[in-house]
Amino acid sequence: MIEITINGDPHEIGKGQSLVKLLQGLNLDPTKVAIERNLEIVPKTTYQNVKLIEGDRLEIVHFIGGGK
Amino acid sequence: MTKDTFNIAGTDFTSRLIVGTGKYKDFEETARAVEASGAEIVTVAIRRVNVMDPTQPMLVDYLDPKKYTYLPNTAGCFSADDAIRTLRLAREAGGWKLVKLEVLGDQKTLYPNMIETLHAAEVLIKEGFEVMVYCSDDPIMAKRLEDLGCCAIMPLGAPIGSGLGIQNPVQIRLIVEQSNVPVLVDAGVGTASDAAVAMELGCDGVLMNTAIAEAGDPIAMARAMKLAVEAGRLAYYAGRMPKKLYADPSSPLAGLI
Repeated sequence: MIEITINGDPHEIGKGQSLVKLLQGLNLDPTKVAIERNLEIVPKTTYQNVKLIEGDRLEIVHFIGGGK
Repeated sequence: MTKDTFNIAGTDFTSRLIVGTGKYKDFEETARAVEASGAEIVTVAIRRVNVMDPTQPMLVDYLDPKKYTYLPNTAGCFSADDAIRTLRLAREAGGWKLVKLEVLGDQKTLYPNMIETLHAAEVLIKEGFEVMVYCSDDPIMAKRLEDLGCCAIMPLGAPIGSGLGIQNPVQIRLIVEQSNVPVLVDAGVGTASDAAVAMELGCDGVLMNTAIAEAGDPIAMARAMKLAVEAGRLAYYAGRMPKKLYADPSSPLAGLI
């Protein structure tokens, strides 16, 4: 197992897990979110190829109601 | 008046009312209010997903991004860096370049920080974003933003969420007269007549959220705002009569008995 940070909270995941697998595990629809990994945007098309490593810091965001 | 559209960054829009999607009771009410407003563009915020409870309903399930133009905005950002980071994520989440930039400078007034706004606008435009920009009502700043390449200038009419109405008609009019891109009043509208005033000043549109969401009946107010924006626009197009100090009878004086 390795430890990564998702939206500020620590999470334990399996070694070498891809972003796609992580999203599946979290029940998140990849088409409805955007992901930043260690302050870099991860293009949606590469979710399959990105393997997470110890200490990765992820921000997973989506659109919510908001005005100003 | 034949078909009256306005163009933002290459796309024609018919509705001149842009509405925010925050502060509503639930997504159902949001969707009904947006429908009643007739808006084609809705502003949305970017926030962290709740990874503990991913089954929570999502805005995209209630407002179809194919039907409405989602305009991601940077509300809540107090630095250029935060705003830029937020909009890069928004572009990846949605896949479109049209965004609303807003960099705030003060918690109490939510007044825009124009130095940070100019910096963020410059970076975003270089990265290929189409930037609609929330700004102060200073015509010099508005011109600078237009010269940088912003696709719409959006000065405040009064502080965000204050509902005070258009406090600065002179500055708004100056910005309208000098601008070659659409000018929209963004913030300050409280009720329908305020929206009409903004449109009568010659603005291309109005953006609002709280005036609808916090009305007693948001759905009815959404419709009122739709009508007010249309009425104000039509009045501006028609050209108002000159103001006079004294009375001028409407009935002919000839033939009086």
